[in-house]
Amino acid sequence: MNRKLLCLLPAAAVIFYAVKAGAGAPIPPPAGGTISGKVTYTGTPPKMKPIDMSKEPTCAKQHTTPVMTENVTTGPDSSLQYVVVYISEGDPGGAASTETVRYDQRGCQYLPHVLPMQAGQVLQIFNDDQTSHNIHPLAKVNPEWNKSQPAGSLPIDTKYDKPEFIPVKCNIHPWMHGYFVVLNTSHYAVTGPDGSFSLKGLPAGKYTVTAWQEQYGTQTQEVTIGSTETKTANFTFKALPY
Amino acid sequence: MGKVFAVLVTLITLISIAFFVMHTWWLPPNISTTGKAVDHQLEETLIGTGVLFLAGQLMLGCFAWMASGKTKDTRAKRFPGGATSVVVTAIVVVGIEIFTLTFVGSKAWGAIYLTPAEPGALRVDVQAEQFAFYFRYPGPDGQFGGLHPDKIDDGSGNYFGLDPANDVAARDDIVVGSLVVPVNRPIALSLHSKDVGHSFYVRELRMQEDFVPGLDIPLHFTATQVGKYEIVCTQLCGLGHYNMKAYLEVMSEPDYEQWLKTQAGQ
Repeated sequence: MNRKLLCLLPAAAVIFYAVKAGAGAPIPPPAGGTISGKVTYTGTPPKMKPIDMSKEPTCAKQHTTPVMTENVTTGPDSSLQYVVVYISEGDPGGAASTETVRYDQRGCQYLPHVLPMQAGQVLQIFNDDQTSHNIHPLAKVNPEWNKSQPAGSLPIDTKYDKPEFIPVKCNIHPWMHGYFVVLNTSHYAVTGPDGSFSLKGLPAGKYTVTAWQEQYGTQTQEVTIGSTETKTANFTFKALPY
Repeated sequence: MGKVFAVLVTLITLISIAFFVMHTWWLPPNISTTGKAVDHQLEETLIGTGVLFLAGQLMLGCFAWMASGKTKDTRAKRFPGGATSVVVTAIVVVGIEIFTLTFVGSKAWGAIYLTPAEPGALRVDVQAEQFAFYFRYPGPDGQFGGLHPDKIDDGSGNYFGLDPANDVAARDDIVVGSLVVPVNRPIALSLHSKDVGHSFYVRELRMQEDFVPGLDIPLHFTATQVGKYEIVCTQLCGLGHYNMKAYLEVMSEPDYEQWLKTQAGQ
Protein backbone atom coordinates (compact mmCIF):
# COMPACT_ATOMS: atom_id res chain seq x y z
CA MET A 1 0.00 0.00 0.00
CA ASN A 2 2.67 2.47 1.10
CA ARG A 3 4.91 1.43 -1.75
CA LYS A 4 2.12 1.97 -4.25
CA LEU A 5 1.60 5.45 -2.93
CA LEU A 6 5.29 6.14 -3.10
CA CYS A 7 5.32 5.05 -6.72
CA LEU A 8 2.43 7.37 -7.46
CA LEU A 9 4.18 10.39 -5.98
CA PRO A 10 6.56 11.05 -8.88
CA ALA A 11 3.66 10.70 -11.27
CA ALA A 12 1.64 13.21 -9.27
CA ALA A 13 4.59 15.56 -9.25
CA VAL A 14 4.93 15.29 -13.04
CA ILE A 15 1.23 16.02 -13.53
CA PHE A 16 1.40 18.92 -11.08
CA TYR A 17 4.31 20.57 -12.85
CA ALA A 18 2.80 19.89 -16.28
CA VAL A 19 -0.42 21.62 -15.20
CA LYS A 20 1.54 24.49 -13.67
CA ALA A 21 3.61 24.89 -16.81
CA GLY A 22 0.44 24.87 -18.87
CA ALA A 23 -1.06 27.59 -16.71
CA GLY A 24 1.92 29.87 -17.13
CA ALA A 25 5.62 30.08 -16.59
CA PRO A 26 6.53 28.10 -13.51
CA ILE A 27 7.95 30.21 -10.73
CA PRO A 28 11.24 28.65 -9.65
CA PRO A 29 11.37 28.13 -5.90
CA PRO A 30 13.70 30.79 -4.45
CA ALA A 31 17.11 29.51 -3.66
CA GLY A 32 18.07 29.59 -0.02
CA GLY A 33 16.37 29.09 3.26
CA THR A 34 13.10 30.47 4.52
CA ILE A 35 12.12 31.89 7.86
CA SER A 36 8.40 32.05 8.33
CA GLY A 37 6.07 32.45 11.23
CA LYS A 38 3.18 34.25 12.78
CA VAL A 39 2.93 37.37 14.90
CA THR A 40 0.34 37.29 17.67
CA TYR A 41 -0.52 39.17 20.84
CA THR A 42 -1.44 38.26 24.39
CA GLY A 43 -3.60 40.43 26.58
CA THR A 44 -6.23 42.92 25.44
CA PRO A 45 -5.43 45.16 22.47
CA PRO A 46 -7.09 48.59 22.12
CA LYS A 47 -10.33 48.72 20.17
CA MET A 48 -9.96 49.85 16.59
CA LYS A 49 -11.98 53.05 16.24
CA PRO A 50 -14.06 54.03 13.22
CA ILE A 51 -12.81 57.11 11.35
CA ASP A 52 -15.36 59.77 10.41
CA MET A 53 -14.56 61.02 6.89
CA SER A 54 -17.85 62.83 6.30
CA LYS A 55 -16.04 66.14 5.79
CA GLU A 56 -14.39 64.62 2.72
CA PRO A 57 -17.34 63.17 0.75
CA THR A 58 -15.19 61.97 -2.19
CA CYS A 59 -13.33 59.74 0.26
CA ALA A 60 -16.27 58.77 2.47
CA LYS A 61 -18.24 57.38 -0.48
CA GLN A 62 -15.38 54.99 -1.35
CA HIS A 63 -15.95 53.07 1.86
CA THR A 64 -19.08 51.04 2.49
CA THR A 65 -18.01 50.33 6.07
CA PRO A 66 -16.09 52.89 8.09
CA VAL A 67 -12.32 52.73 7.92
CA MET A 68 -10.85 51.82 11.31
CA THR A 69 -7.73 53.12 13.03
CA GLU A 70 -4.77 50.87 12.16
CA ASN A 71 -2.20 51.48 14.89
CA VAL A 72 -2.99 48.05 16.34
CA THR A 73 -4.71 45.92 13.71
CA THR A 74 -5.76 42.53 15.00
CA GLY A 75 -7.11 39.48 13.21
CA PRO A 76 -8.45 36.03 14.02
CA ASP A 77 -6.58 33.85 16.55
CA SER A 78 -4.93 36.88 18.19
CA SER A 79 -2.94 37.71 15.05
CA LEU A 80 -1.31 41.08 14.54
CA GLN A 81 -1.31 42.72 11.11
CA TYR A 82 1.12 45.37 9.79
CA VAL A 83 4.09 44.06 11.75
CA VAL A 84 7.35 44.42 9.82
CA VAL A 85 9.61 41.38 10.17
CA TYR A 86 13.12 41.77 8.80
CA ILE A 87 16.70 40.62 9.09
CA SER A 88 18.38 43.13 11.36
CA GLU A 89 21.73 41.36 11.66
CA GLY A 90 23.52 38.80 9.52
CA ASP A 91 22.57 40.21 6.13
CA PRO A 92 25.56 42.02 4.60
CA GLY A 93 23.08 44.20 2.69
CA GLY A 94 24.07 45.30 -0.79
CA ALA A 95 22.81 47.58 -3.52
CA ALA A 96 19.21 48.74 -3.21
CA SER A 97 16.64 46.99 -5.35
CA THR A 98 15.91 48.76 -8.63
CA GLU A 99 12.25 47.98 -8.20
CA THR A 100 10.12 51.04 -7.40
CA VAL A 101 8.06 50.96 -4.21
CA ARG A 102 4.55 52.33 -4.53
CA TYR A 103 2.60 54.22 -1.89
CA ASP A 104 -0.98 55.28 -2.49
CA GLN A 105 -3.27 57.87 -0.97
CA ARG A 106 -6.68 56.41 -1.76
CA GLY A 107 -9.99 56.99 -0.02
CA CYS A 108 -8.12 59.28 2.39
CA GLN A 109 -6.08 56.31 3.60
CA TYR A 110 -2.46 55.36 3.18
CA LEU A 111 -2.12 52.10 1.24
CA PRO A 112 -0.35 50.12 2.44
CA HIS A 113 -0.54 51.31 6.04
CA VAL A 114 3.06 50.20 6.63
CA LEU A 115 5.49 50.28 3.72
CA PRO A 116 8.91 48.67 4.11
CA MET A 117 11.64 49.54 1.62
CA GLN A 118 15.37 49.40 1.24
CA ALA A 119 17.55 52.41 1.89
CA GLY A 120 18.14 54.04 -1.49
CA GLN A 121 15.18 52.35 -3.17
CA VAL A 122 12.99 54.61 -5.28
CA LEU A 123 9.64 55.40 -3.65
CA GLN A 124 6.71 56.69 -5.69
CA ILE A 125 3.83 58.36 -3.92
CA PHE A 126 0.48 58.64 -5.70
CA ASN A 127 -2.61 60.67 -4.94
CA ASP A 128 -5.52 58.67 -6.35
CA ASP A 129 -8.16 60.85 -4.69
CA GLN A 130 -10.29 63.67 -6.02
CA THR A 131 -9.01 65.89 -3.25
CA SER A 132 -5.71 67.45 -2.20
CA HIS A 133 -3.37 65.64 0.14
CA ASN A 134 -0.28 66.93 1.88
CA ILE A 135 2.03 64.07 2.66
CA HIS A 136 4.35 64.69 5.59
CA PRO A 137 6.78 61.91 6.56
CA LEU A 138 8.15 62.87 9.98
CA ALA A 139 11.74 61.75 9.38
CA LYS A 140 14.37 62.53 12.00
CA VAL A 141 17.47 60.75 10.65
CA ASN A 142 16.67 61.36 6.99
CA PRO A 143 15.72 64.82 5.70
CA GLU A 144 12.18 65.82 6.63
CA TRP A 145 9.84 67.30 4.03
CA ASN A 146 6.16 67.78 3.37
CA LYS A 147 4.60 68.14 -0.04
CA SER A 148 1.18 69.19 -1.20
CA GLN A 149 -0.32 66.92 -3.83
CA PRO A 150 -3.55 68.23 -5.36
CA ALA A 151 -5.95 65.85 -7.13
CA GLY A 152 -4.52 64.72 -10.47
CA SER A 153 -0.91 65.53 -9.53
CA LEU A 154 1.98 63.51 -10.86
CA PRO A 155 3.44 61.02 -8.39
CA ILE A 156 6.20 62.20 -6.07
CA ASP A 157 9.48 60.35 -6.65
CA THR A 158 11.75 60.17 -3.65
CA LYS A 159 14.01 57.88 -1.61
CA TYR A 160 15.50 57.57 1.84
CA ASP A 161 19.20 56.85 2.26
CA LYS A 162 19.35 55.86 5.91
CA PRO A 163 17.43 53.18 7.78
CA GLU A 164 14.62 54.65 9.86
CA PHE A 165 11.02 54.08 11.02
CA ILE A 166 9.24 57.15 9.68
CA PRO A 167 5.68 58.02 10.75
CA VAL A 168 3.72 59.49 7.84
CA LYS A 169 0.84 61.90 8.23
CA CYS A 170 -1.30 64.06 6.01
CA ASN A 171 -1.27 67.74 6.87
CA ILE A 172 -4.83 68.09 5.57
CA HIS A 173 -6.58 64.96 6.88
CA PRO A 174 -5.53 64.40 10.51
CA TRP A 175 -6.76 60.80 10.60
CA MET A 176 -4.42 59.69 7.79
CA HIS A 177 -1.50 57.84 9.30
CA GLY A 178 1.08 55.35 8.09
CA TYR A 179 4.73 54.33 8.28
CA PHE A 180 7.71 54.15 5.97
CA VAL A 181 10.11 51.53 7.23
CA VAL A 182 13.52 52.07 5.63
CA LEU A 183 15.80 49.06 6.07
CA ASN A 184 19.34 48.05 5.19
CA THR A 185 18.25 44.57 4.16
CA SER A 186 16.24 43.32 1.22
CA HIS A 187 14.82 40.52 3.38
CA TYR A 188 11.66 41.87 4.94
CA ALA A 189 7.94 41.17 5.10
CA VAL A 190 4.80 42.71 6.55
CA THR A 191 2.36 40.45 8.34
CA GLY A 192 -0.95 39.91 6.61
CA PRO A 193 -4.42 39.84 8.20
CA ASP A 194 -3.64 36.38 9.64
CA GLY A 195 -0.39 37.61 11.21
CA SER A 196 1.80 35.42 9.02
CA PHE A 197 5.03 36.35 7.31
CA SER A 198 7.74 34.63 5.32
CA LEU A 199 11.31 35.67 4.58
CA LYS A 200 12.55 33.73 1.57
CA GLY A 201 15.78 33.25 -0.30
CA LEU A 202 18.10 33.55 2.70
CA PRO A 203 21.66 32.26 2.27
CA ALA A 204 22.75 29.82 4.97
CA GLY A 205 23.85 31.64 8.07
CA LYS A 206 23.02 33.03 11.45
CA TYR A 207 20.51 35.87 11.52
CA THR A 208 18.83 38.19 13.92
CA VAL A 209 15.19 38.51 12.96
CA THR A 210 13.37 41.59 14.23
CA ALA A 211 9.63 42.16 14.39
CA TRP A 212 8.50 45.77 14.67
CA GLN A 213 5.02 46.93 15.60
CA GLU A 214 4.34 50.65 15.54
CA GLN A 215 2.85 50.79 19.04
CA TYR A 216 4.54 47.86 20.79
CA GLY A 217 8.09 48.34 19.50
CA THR A 218 10.50 45.59 18.52
CA GLN A 219 11.28 41.99 19.38
CA THR A 220 14.23 39.95 18.14
CA GLN A 221 15.13 36.29 17.68
CA GLU A 222 18.31 34.56 16.62
CA VAL A 223 17.78 32.06 13.82
CA THR A 224 20.44 29.86 12.21
CA ILE A 225 19.42 28.49 8.88
CA GLY A 226 20.77 26.03 6.29
CA SER A 227 20.79 26.81 2.58
CA THR A 228 17.46 25.08 1.83
CA GLU A 229 16.06 24.93 5.31
CA THR A 230 12.75 26.37 6.44
CA LYS A 231 12.53 27.53 10.02
CA THR A 232 9.73 28.96 12.04
CA ALA A 233 10.05 32.09 14.15
CA ASN A 234 6.92 33.23 15.92
CA PHE A 235 6.63 36.52 17.76
CA THR A 236 4.22 37.44 20.53
CA PHE A 237 3.62 41.01 21.65
CA LYS A 238 2.04 41.96 24.93
CA ALA A 239 -1.00 44.06 24.14
CA LEU A 240 -2.45 46.70 26.43
CA PRO A 241 -5.98 48.02 26.06
CA TYR A 242 -4.84 51.65 26.32
CA MET B 1 -23.02 112.33 -20.51
CA GLY B 2 -23.97 113.58 -17.04
CA LYS B 3 -27.60 112.66 -17.67
CA VAL B 4 -26.63 109.11 -18.78
CA PHE B 5 -24.63 108.77 -15.54
CA ALA B 6 -27.59 110.04 -13.49
CA VAL B 7 -29.94 107.49 -15.10
CA LEU B 8 -27.38 104.66 -14.67
CA VAL B 9 -26.80 105.42 -10.98
CA THR B 10 -30.54 105.46 -10.33
CA LEU B 11 -31.09 102.20 -12.21
CA ILE B 12 -28.24 100.36 -10.49
CA THR B 13 -29.51 101.57 -7.12
CA LEU B 14 -33.10 100.45 -7.74
CA ILE B 15 -32.07 97.03 -9.10
CA SER B 16 -29.71 96.37 -6.16
CA ILE B 17 -32.41 97.35 -3.68
CA ALA B 18 -34.93 95.11 -5.49
CA PHE B 19 -32.69 92.02 -4.92
CA PHE B 20 -32.73 92.72 -1.19
CA VAL B 21 -36.46 93.43 -1.06
CA MET B 22 -37.22 90.24 -3.00
CA HIS B 23 -34.75 88.22 -0.82
CA THR B 24 -33.12 86.83 -3.97
CA TRP B 25 -29.93 85.65 -2.23
CA TRP B 26 -30.99 85.19 1.32
CA LEU B 27 -29.92 83.44 4.48
CA PRO B 28 -30.84 79.80 5.04
CA PRO B 29 -33.67 79.31 7.55
CA ASN B 30 -32.74 79.94 11.18
CA ILE B 31 -32.76 76.84 13.42
CA SER B 32 -31.74 78.22 16.79
CA THR B 33 -33.69 79.86 19.59
CA THR B 34 -31.39 82.88 19.55
CA GLY B 35 -31.19 83.22 15.77
CA LYS B 36 -34.42 85.21 15.57
CA ALA B 37 -32.87 88.14 17.41
CA VAL B 38 -29.88 88.03 15.05
CA ASP B 39 -32.15 87.99 12.02
CA HIS B 40 -34.14 90.87 13.47
CA GLN B 41 -30.96 92.83 14.04
CA LEU B 42 -29.78 92.10 10.52
CA GLU B 43 -33.13 93.18 9.12
CA GLU B 44 -33.01 96.48 11.02
CA THR B 45 -29.45 97.06 9.88
CA LEU B 46 -30.35 96.36 6.28
CA ILE B 47 -33.42 98.60 6.37
CA GLY B 48 -31.48 101.42 8.04
CA THR B 49 -28.49 101.23 5.73
CA GLY B 50 -30.76 100.50 2.74
CA VAL B 51 -32.79 103.68 3.25
CA LEU B 52 -29.62 105.74 3.60
CA PHE B 53 -28.09 104.05 0.55
CA LEU B 54 -31.24 104.71 -1.52
CA ALA B 55 -31.43 108.37 -0.38
CA GLY B 56 -27.73 108.95 -0.99
CA GLN B 57 -27.68 107.38 -4.44
CA LEU B 58 -30.88 109.15 -5.57
CA MET B 59 -29.45 112.47 -4.43
CA LEU B 60 -26.28 111.70 -6.35
CA GLY B 61 -28.38 110.95 -9.45
CA CYS B 62 -30.38 114.20 -9.01
CA PHE B 63 -27.27 116.35 -8.60
CA ALA B 64 -25.59 114.71 -11.58
CA TRP B 65 -28.70 115.45 -13.64
CA MET B 66 -28.88 119.06 -12.39
CA ALA B 67 -25.18 119.66 -13.07
CA SER B 68 -25.37 118.47 -16.64
CA GLY B 69 -27.43 121.25 -18.29
CA LYS B 70 -26.47 122.12 -21.84
CA THR B 71 -25.74 125.80 -21.29
CA LYS B 72 -23.97 127.53 -18.42
CA ASP B 73 -27.26 129.01 -17.18
CA THR B 74 -29.12 125.71 -16.91
CA ARG B 75 -26.18 123.94 -15.21
CA ALA B 76 -26.15 123.84 -11.39
CA LYS B 77 -22.77 124.91 -10.11
CA ARG B 78 -23.00 124.09 -6.42
CA PHE B 79 -24.99 121.99 -3.98
CA PRO B 80 -28.37 123.55 -3.27
CA GLY B 81 -27.94 124.97 0.21
CA GLY B 82 -24.17 124.42 0.18
CA ALA B 83 -22.05 121.36 0.92
CA THR B 84 -21.73 121.96 4.67
CA SER B 85 -25.39 121.33 5.48
CA VAL B 86 -25.37 118.04 3.52
CA VAL B 87 -22.20 116.77 5.23
CA VAL B 88 -23.46 117.73 8.70
CA THR B 89 -26.84 116.09 8.07
CA ALA B 90 -25.15 112.91 6.81
CA ILE B 91 -22.86 112.69 9.84
CA VAL B 92 -25.71 113.20 12.28
CA VAL B 93 -28.06 110.71 10.57
CA VAL B 94 -25.42 108.00 10.14
CA GLY B 95 -24.14 108.60 13.69
CA ILE B 96 -27.61 108.20 15.17
CA GLU B 97 -28.12 105.04 13.16
CA ILE B 98 -24.86 103.43 14.26
CA PHE B 99 -25.52 104.25 17.93
CA THR B 100 -29.06 102.87 17.73
CA LEU B 101 -27.94 99.64 16.03
CA THR B 102 -25.14 99.13 18.55
CA PHE B 103 -27.45 99.75 21.49
CA VAL B 104 -30.19 97.44 20.23
CA GLY B 105 -27.75 94.87 18.87
CA SER B 106 -25.65 94.58 22.03
CA LYS B 107 -28.71 93.17 23.79
CA ALA B 108 -29.09 90.41 21.19
CA TRP B 109 -25.34 89.74 21.17
CA GLY B 110 -25.13 89.70 24.96
CA ALA B 111 -28.03 87.25 25.18
CA ILE B 112 -26.07 84.81 23.04
CA TYR B 113 -22.44 85.26 24.06
CA LEU B 114 -22.49 86.79 27.54
CA THR B 115 -25.01 84.54 29.28
CA PRO B 116 -24.14 81.19 30.82
CA ALA B 117 -25.63 78.01 29.37
CA GLU B 118 -28.68 76.56 31.10
CA PRO B 119 -27.67 74.34 34.04
CA GLY B 120 -29.00 71.14 32.46
CA ALA B 121 -27.39 71.77 29.07
CA LEU B 122 -25.77 68.86 27.25
CA ARG B 123 -22.03 69.40 27.37
CA VAL B 124 -19.90 68.71 24.30
CA ASP B 125 -16.19 69.37 24.10
CA VAL B 126 -14.89 70.62 20.74
CA GLN B 127 -11.30 70.34 19.53
CA ALA B 128 -10.28 72.16 16.37
CA GLU B 129 -7.09 71.26 14.57
CA GLN B 130 -5.60 71.65 11.12
CA PHE B 131 -7.93 70.79 9.38
CA ALA B 132 -10.82 69.14 11.15
CA PHE B 133 -13.20 69.45 14.09
CA TYR B 134 -13.58 66.71 16.69
CA PHE B 135 -16.36 66.43 19.26
CA ARG B 136 -16.25 64.70 22.62
CA TYR B 137 -19.15 63.45 24.74
CA PRO B 138 -18.66 62.39 28.37
CA GLY B 139 -19.98 58.84 27.77
CA PRO B 140 -22.17 56.77 30.13
CA ASP B 141 -20.41 58.02 33.30
CA GLY B 142 -21.28 61.64 32.51
CA GLN B 143 -17.65 62.67 33.25
CA PHE B 144 -15.12 64.03 30.82
CA GLY B 145 -11.63 62.60 31.15
CA GLY B 146 -8.76 65.06 31.66
CA LEU B 147 -6.81 66.42 28.70
CA HIS B 148 -3.10 65.77 28.25
CA PRO B 149 -1.78 67.51 25.14
CA ASP B 150 1.34 65.29 25.18
CA LYS B 151 -0.91 62.25 24.66
CA ILE B 152 -2.46 63.57 21.46
CA ASP B 153 -2.01 60.96 18.73
CA ASP B 154 -4.08 61.36 15.60
CA GLY B 155 -2.97 57.98 14.25
CA SER B 156 -4.70 56.08 17.03
CA GLY B 157 -7.70 58.42 17.07
CA ASN B 158 -6.65 60.18 20.30
CA TYR B 159 -7.40 63.67 18.99
CA PHE B 160 -8.05 65.17 22.43
CA GLY B 161 -5.08 63.77 24.33
CA LEU B 162 -6.97 61.44 26.67
CA ASP B 163 -5.14 59.15 29.05
CA PRO B 164 -7.43 56.12 29.44
CA ALA B 165 -4.61 54.00 30.91
CA ASN B 166 -4.55 56.13 34.08
CA ASP B 167 -7.79 58.09 33.89
CA VAL B 168 -10.97 56.04 34.39
CA ALA B 169 -13.24 58.94 33.38
CA ALA B 170 -11.57 59.12 29.95
CA ARG B 171 -12.21 55.47 29.08
CA ASP B 172 -15.82 55.87 28.01
CA ASP B 173 -15.48 59.32 26.43
CA ILE B 174 -16.99 59.33 22.96
CA VAL B 175 -14.96 61.11 20.30
CA VAL B 176 -16.52 61.67 16.88
CA GLY B 177 -16.09 63.84 13.81
CA SER B 178 -19.64 65.19 13.70
CA LEU B 179 -21.57 67.26 16.21
CA VAL B 180 -24.72 65.26 16.93
CA VAL B 181 -27.28 66.93 19.19
CA PRO B 182 -30.89 66.33 20.21
CA VAL B 183 -33.44 68.85 18.98
CA ASN B 184 -34.83 71.46 21.41
CA ARG B 185 -32.28 70.74 24.11
CA PRO B 186 -29.74 73.32 25.27
CA ILE B 187 -26.22 72.45 24.18
CA ALA B 188 -23.11 73.85 25.88
CA LEU B 189 -19.94 73.66 23.84
CA SER B 190 -16.44 74.24 25.08
CA LEU B 191 -14.15 75.25 22.22
CA HIS B 192 -10.43 74.69 22.26
CA SER B 193 -7.76 74.44 19.61
CA LYS B 194 -4.84 72.07 19.24
CA ASP B 195 -2.74 74.34 17.08
CA VAL B 196 -3.77 77.71 15.64
CA GLY B 197 -6.83 79.96 15.61
CA HIS B 198 -9.96 78.45 14.05
CA SER B 199 -13.62 79.39 14.03
CA PHE B 200 -16.90 77.58 14.63
CA TYR B 201 -19.51 78.89 12.20
CA VAL B 202 -22.95 77.47 11.50
CA ARG B 203 -25.07 79.70 9.28
CA GLU B 204 -28.34 78.13 10.37
CA LEU B 205 -27.54 78.70 14.06
CA ARG B 206 -26.57 82.30 13.23
CA MET B 207 -23.47 81.69 15.29
CA GLN B 208 -19.78 82.27 14.89
CA GLU B 209 -17.16 81.93 17.59
CA ASP B 210 -13.39 81.71 17.44
CA PHE B 211 -11.14 78.99 18.78
CA VAL B 212 -8.10 80.50 20.45
CA PRO B 213 -5.15 78.25 21.33
CA GLY B 214 -4.81 78.06 25.09
CA LEU B 215 -8.37 79.14 25.89
CA ASP B 216 -11.56 77.18 26.58
CA ILE B 217 -14.28 79.26 25.00
CA PRO B 218 -17.89 78.50 25.93
CA LEU B 219 -20.71 78.68 23.41
CA HIS B 220 -24.30 77.56 23.87
CA PHE B 221 -27.32 77.11 21.66
CA THR B 222 -30.57 75.23 21.26
CA ALA B 223 -31.38 73.84 17.83
CA THR B 224 -35.05 73.75 16.95
CA GLN B 225 -35.08 71.82 13.69
CA VAL B 226 -33.98 68.29 12.86
CA GLY B 227 -31.50 68.20 9.97
CA LYS B 228 -27.90 68.19 8.85
CA TYR B 229 -26.01 71.48 8.72
CA GLU B 230 -22.48 72.46 7.85
CA ILE B 231 -19.95 73.65 10.42
CA VAL B 232 -17.16 75.57 8.72
CA CYS B 233 -13.94 77.17 9.87
CA THR B 234 -14.00 80.91 9.14
CA GLN B 235 -10.53 81.84 10.38
CA LEU B 236 -7.82 81.39 7.78
CA CYS B 237 -5.87 78.62 9.50
CA GLY B 238 -3.50 77.28 6.84
CA LEU B 239 -3.21 75.23 3.69
CA GLY B 240 -6.31 73.09 4.19
CA HIS B 241 -8.52 75.87 5.60
CA TYR B 242 -10.83 75.72 2.58
CA ASN B 243 -11.51 72.11 3.45
CA MET B 244 -12.00 72.43 7.19
CA LYS B 245 -15.56 71.55 8.00
CA ALA B 246 -17.76 69.13 9.89
CA TYR B 247 -21.49 68.52 10.19
CA LEU B 248 -24.01 69.45 12.81
CA GLU B 249 -26.65 66.74 12.95
CA VAL B 250 -29.77 67.68 14.85
CA MET B 251 -31.77 64.56 15.74
CA SER B 252 -34.99 63.78 17.53
CA GLU B 253 -34.46 62.77 21.17
CA PRO B 254 -34.98 59.00 20.56
CA ASP B 255 -32.68 59.05 17.50
CA TYR B 256 -30.06 60.86 19.50
CA GLU B 257 -30.28 58.36 22.39
CA GLN B 258 -29.93 55.52 19.89
CA TRP B 259 -26.93 57.19 18.27
CA LEU B 260 -25.32 57.71 21.66
CA LYS B 261 -25.85 54.04 22.56
CA THR B 262 -24.25 52.91 19.29
CA GLN B 263 -21.27 55.18 19.86
CA ALA B 264 -20.82 54.07 23.47
CA GLY B 265 -20.73 50.46 22.28
CA GLN B 266 -17.91 51.07 19.80
